[in-house]
Amino acid sequence: MADDRIQEIRDEVGAWLDAHWDVRRSLGEWRELLVEEGWAAPAWPKAYFGRDYNEAEAAAVAAVFYEKGAIGAAQQGPGRLASHTLLVHGTDAQKRRYLRPILTGEHAWCQLFSEPGSGSDLAGLTTKAERVGDKWVINGQKVWNTSAHHARYGILVARTDWDVPKHQGISYFVIDMHQPGVEVRPLRQMNGHASFNEVFFSDAEVPAQDLVGSEGEGWTIAGTTLSVERQGFSQSRDGGRARNLEGPIYDEYRQELAIALEPYTWYPQREGRVDLLFERAVANGAIDDPHVRQELAKAIGLKRAAQLAAEAAAAKRRAGQRVVPEGSVGKLAASVIARQANHVHTLISGPQALLAGPDSELGGIVAEVLLSTPAISIAGGTDEIQKNIISERVLGFPKEPRFDTGPFRDVPRNVSQTGKQEG
Amino acid sequence: MAFSEDQQQFADVAERFFGDKSTPTEVRRLMASDVGYDAEVWRQLAHEVGLTGTHLPEAYGGFGFGAVELGITCQAMGRHLYCGPFFASSVMAAHAVLNNGSEAQREALLPGIAAGTSIAALVLDDLSDPARVGMSIQADANGRLSGAAQLVADAHVADLLIVAARAADAVALFMVDAAQPGVKVTAQNCLDPTRRMARVQLDDVSAERLGNGPADLSLLWDQMCTALAHEMVGGAERLFETTVEYMKMRVQFGRVIGSFQALKHRCADLLLELELARAATHEAARYLATGAGDAFAPNLAKALASDAYISIAKQAIQLRGGIGFTWEEDTHLWYKRAKASEVFLGTSNWHREEMIRRMEVAHGG
Ligand SMILES: Cc1cc2nc3c(=O)[nH]c(=O)nc-3n(C[C@H](O)[C@H](O)[C@H](O)COP(=O)(O)OP(=O)(O)OC[C@H]3O[C@@H](n4cnc5c(N)ncnc54)[C@H](O)[C@@H]3O)c2cc1C
Repeated sequence: MADDRIQEIRDEVGAWLDAHWDVRRSLGEWRELLVEEGWAAPAWPKAYFGRDYNEAEAAAVAAVFYEKGAIGAAQQGPGRLASHTLLVHGTDAQKRRYLRPILTGEHAWCQLFSEPGSGSDLAGLTTKAERVGDKWVINGQKVWNTSAHHARYGILVARTDWDVPKHQGISYFVIDMHQPGVEVRPLRQMNGHASFNEVFFSDAEVPAQDLVGSEGEGWTIAGTTLSVERQGFSQSRDGGRARNLEGPIYDEYRQELAIALEPYTWYPQREGRVDLLFERAVANGAIDDPHVRQELAKAIGLKRAAQLAAEAAAAKRRAGQRVVPEGSVGKLAASVIARQANHVHTLISGPQALLAGPDSELGGIVAEVLLSTPAISIAGGTDEIQKNIISERVLGFPKEPRFDTGPFRDVPRNVSQTGKQEG
Repeated sequence: MAFSEDQQQFADVAERFFGDKSTPTEVRRLMASDVGYDAEVWRQLAHEVGLTGTHLPEAYGGFGFGAVELGITCQAMGRHLYCGPFFASSVMAAHAVLNNGSEAQREALLPGIAAGTSIAALVLDDLSDPARVGMSIQADANGRLSGAAQLVADAHVADLLIVAARAADAVALFMVDAAQPGVKVTAQNCLDPTRRMARVQLDDVSAERLGNGPADLSLLWDQMCTALAHEMVGGAERLFETTVEYMKMRVQFGRVIGSFQALKHRCADLLLELELARAATHEAARYLATGAGDAFAPNLAKALASDAYISIAKQAIQLRGGIGFTWEEDTHLWYKRAKASEVFLGTSNWHREEMIRRMEVAHGG
């Protein structure tokens, strides 16, 4: 039954692509067509550019696109977080207005969550949204905003009520990034890349209809966004293949991908590049050093065991068993692996690790590993936070005493850069 | 080890000088510059404070102090990430001349180094193990040198090269005028831009052998590693202090992060590592100054200082959270020095091996 249905879908989308896919079209024109027909996001509701397909059905569509080398909807980067969140929590008007240009790639988005004063304690955010007439007026600062310099819109969490406990006073907005009250500055990391931004709001405005959900509901909605984020940026499969295909539309697509993926070029390096270790050790003879062999085995073994553990967890999930807490163990493992990989790369390099840049080992990749792995145990929730989650939710230890449960106005917090507390 | 009153005063002078001249802003300016150091600060360091000759005998224009005072200088430099050819010239090259040079050669070379008017670089074709030095640079029958070394500290600003090369009888040290044709020096792109490395290529260059014996690389390595360990302890100390300070200010979840017991304990562990490294490092200086103690003292110092510096540098980033990973924040400057020093003059593993080898020798094995 299910198989028949999948075959039916494969046939339908295959026939449609045969009739319409043409590498001479412009990317924009092609995507408009995709959205029109519901092929851009088949898993989305029919009412909003989709076809109400389930996961398997949508995967079948993606597979046929891949086989035919056809390009799908724009799905890279924070636009994906925005669209999924709006689908769940947005008003009908918001969905009609914002979803389509995300799918066509016309509008890039950014995520405006973390702040200089609140990272681990995201709910302690102090960017302020005040209702003035039919608008919200935004003041404050965000940080770690990927692609904010390209973004047309942002998904923003800001504080709308300072007199309730911290989680209850947050609201969720769509903000137009192209306005005088929004300033975007690049943020450079210690590895030399500038893959993020800082975003400053001074009397930036959000029309009342761009509040997502209801006032004070922002923390719950942010939870939706973060859970989409945790599912990872699965680069659509056609993206991988289109890199090698020829035709005007692919050129356009490759350009789009290059811009969208530019902030992520060093992400493999921050995971430690365990894949390179063995070959490197063989190539330069470090493999003969018994100590290197031990450390190498630890790195490769950790990585392999973590993969196996992740596969076991996935199998459990598929069987409908509970796996708690989602991801924390895997995330901790990633940190341990990255640190060990950094160590082993250093041992293999020896004094060559003194060098960086294009003339250094593997065209600078090794140096980039050495300068990027510290990010892995911070980005997306620090190791310490993961350990708190594991110890409290898995091991059942008592929770830490809390000092931040009262009205947010009274909770101790960081002194802002202007030297005074906000609020 | 307690410093004498004079040594403490000396430490205070060095600390004030580098605290004043080598601020993070200044370090960043020099990191981005072509030569990597400030000539005026170098002049002051040499002339006004006289640090370039701290450990060199008075007969050669130095202060006549020893390894302990040199350690004090290096520790202050490491704290403040001093950018300049001190380590290359006054530590690496000067010790080579002092160990192996004839009286006439010492008289000819050391006063310039002590005065900072001459900058010397030590050309070693291997930085991981003294036993592997001399594979890539050869001296011919006429004492002319050919070969290359990839990683020579501060060679790009040196007027004098002290080169370890394989001669017919042994690996020996040679002095080479860096200005002559046949010497090609190319600055390298460095992981740690606060200490520059350059590639040195020698094509049949004229040279004069230092003394007539083999290079005393074992002693030289001990001297260099002891000084380097002081630098590393200085850097680790500074990073640790600023991290603890930050943790007393930073608030998350309505409390300073330094109130989380997990973080407090981690810092206690780091302090332990640091204290052990500091003790071993000061002991290595005392060993070099007096000759009394364990022969492995410099190896233990480098191994512990290196491991402590790396642990602290990693945690200095981690405990700051995201800001610790940014370019704007200063932590990465020390992290990069820690990573670079880790592989400079032997990894911790190599030093631990060497330590046991020396114990075996002492044991008569
Ligand atoms: C490379 C990178 C990419 C990022 N990308 C994004 C992004 O795409 N979107 C986004 O919104 N944010 C992003 N971030 C921000 C990231 O989520 C935060 O940096 C992180 O959550 C830590 O917050 P913080 O920087 O404020 O550090 P803090 O929260 O101030 O942490 C400082 C230290 O205190 C520890 N600590 C804090 N609370 C506790 C506790 N309860 N118990 C024990 N220890 C504690 C932390 O673990 C850390 O070691 C990124 C950060 C980095 C470095």
